[in-house]
Amino acid sequence: MDWLHHDERVALWLSVQISLRSVLLCLPPALAVAWLLARRRFRGRVLVDALVHLPMVLPPVAVGYLLLITFGTQGPVGGWLQRVFGVTLIFTRNGAALATAVMTFPVVVRALRLSLENVDPGLEDAARMLGAGPLDRFWSVTLPLMLPGLLAGMIMAFSAGLGEFGAVITFVSNIPGETRTLPLALYTALQSPGGEASAARLAAISIALGLAGLLLAEWFARRVRRMLGR
Amino acid sequence: MLRVRVAKRRGAFALAAEFEMPTPGVAALFGRSGCGKSTLIDLIAGLLDPDEGRIELDGEVLVDTDRRTRIPAERRGIGYVFQDARLFPHLKVAANLRYGARRARGPHFAVFGEVVELLALGPLLGRRTHQLSGGEKQRVAIARALLGQPRLLLLDEPLASLDAARRDEVLPYLERLRDQLEIPMVYVSHQFEEVLRLATHVVLIDAGRTIAAGAIGPMSLRPELRDIVGAEAVGAVVDGEILRIEADSGLAVLRVGTGEMRIGADSAVARQRVRVQILARDVIVATAEPKALSVRNALAGRITRIAEDAGDSRLVTIDLGGAEILARVTVSAARELALAPGRDVWALVKTVSISAQRLRRL
Repeated sequence: MDWLHHDERVALWLSVQISLRSVLLCLPPALAVAWLLARRRFRGRVLVDALVHLPMVLPPVAVGYLLLITFGTQGPVGGWLQRVFGVTLIFTRNGAALATAVMTFPVVVRALRLSLENVDPGLEDAARMLGAGPLDRFWSVTLPLMLPGLLAGMIMAFSAGLGEFGAVITFVSNIPGETRTLPLALYTALQSPGGEASAARLAAISIALGLAGLLLAEWFARRVRRMLGR
Repeated sequence: MLRVRVAKRRGAFALAAEFEMPTPGVAALFGRSGCGKSTLIDLIAGLLDPDEGRIELDGEVLVDTDRRTRIPAERRGIGYVFQDARLFPHLKVAANLRYGARRARGPHFAVFGEVVELLALGPLLGRRTHQLSGGEKQRVAIARALLGQPRLLLLDEPLASLDAARRDEVLPYLERLRDQLEIPMVYVSHQFEEVLRLATHVVLIDAGRTIAAGAIGPMSLRPELRDIVGAEAVGAVVDGEILRIEADSGLAVLRVGTGEMRIGADSAVARQRVRVQILARDVIVATAEPKALSVRNALAGRITRIAEDAGDSRLVTIDLGGAEILARVTVSAARELALAPGRDVWALVKTVSISAQRLRRL
């Protein structure tokens, strides 16, 4: 990677880190919400569904702003986190991961929900009649069977997370080495005189990473499908 | 003993069922498609909860709405063989079998190796489930349920998705479960032939109600059965013992009640207990002892009941001294012969009417 400048390597590495964290952060709640939406009929289901998809239709900057007033050091959640755990989200890479997680949440819920809907509930009943309790059946039957969708969803979320811009820059600003991810670095390069070459390199990396993610997700899905004989 | 008394409403459909069966034993829930058989079996399994009622297995209450008791399905110790096998596609056959075995509670009676042998699964253990034929899948599903060491095995039309050849492939295995493992079973079917082969008890269900329940012999005499199996298939199911094989004719002599009946049976052995079905249309009623007749079986008996039948015929129940059979006669014949309950008659059963296929080991 000698053709990349030091700053660009830092931005790339930071993007990967933040995106990974965001995927891990959003997976457990996304799984719970996907399960709720796919398997339960309850009052207010439509509302939950709409709320989940909200980040998709809101301006990312608005999401960043909402995060700022909620998770900022003066915000209700942010203040509590700082007092109790000494954790600051604003202007940190963890904050960037949170912003990215919120933005990719709808994509992940959607992927998980689709793969969950593809798992025959009859198989869960079969597991139940063989003595498996709720958690047991989820781990031993449901989760393995939704694995193709789960992995595809995670790879997609990771790729999409690499490019998150608006929510990140609003919530955690554009600090080199801390929150300046690939797209932020690209934007900064474009704003500075003589940055065209750097911008081109960063754009090329973004394209390559995105493409690699999509291909990997597809390859994985196929492999698992073949294993399951579908 | 399995005791069931439940009510369940699902949309426009209402089920109200009540029956008992001894354990071990094989009870067939028998009725037309959509009569509520599957709902009833799901209630026993615990996959559905009754709106009201109580289910008790061998003295343990599985669910009782009055006492607000409810054991979840996974802790009932009940095995379930679904119509569509429902093998886990991400596991190989061996891992499917072990899934139930590892989570089994209660006393172990089914040993892995023995069950694999019983259902002839040895060559299939390393396969993936999508590489199996329909019959093989169903055998794996049965073995998987057995290895969960169930106190009761529920089977929801396990043969319905199979063609005739596959059905004949799986049926003998189910007979082996009944005879060798003596595991209590509740078997859902709308095929009377399967019921005849497997069941010791029959629960008749129609439009969400259990209309009759009891041992298969007396149940075969019930007129309600006709509406479900069709008039042609109505006939008494009689358990009897083969007394001897006649050397000259090769016919088996079967004791039915106090009488004897000669039946053509290739594989029959003396002293064997068998089950035969004597179709009502194959029985002729005579008021005097017949002489010079081609029919070989003439048994003395007494009319116990005359019931309505389809069209212009009547179903006559004749007691042959401990075993009852049905005869179909026309209304005019019944009048001319003055047939009535209490009257002594002769039942003529055509020898050919009892085929070896209808002869089952018990």
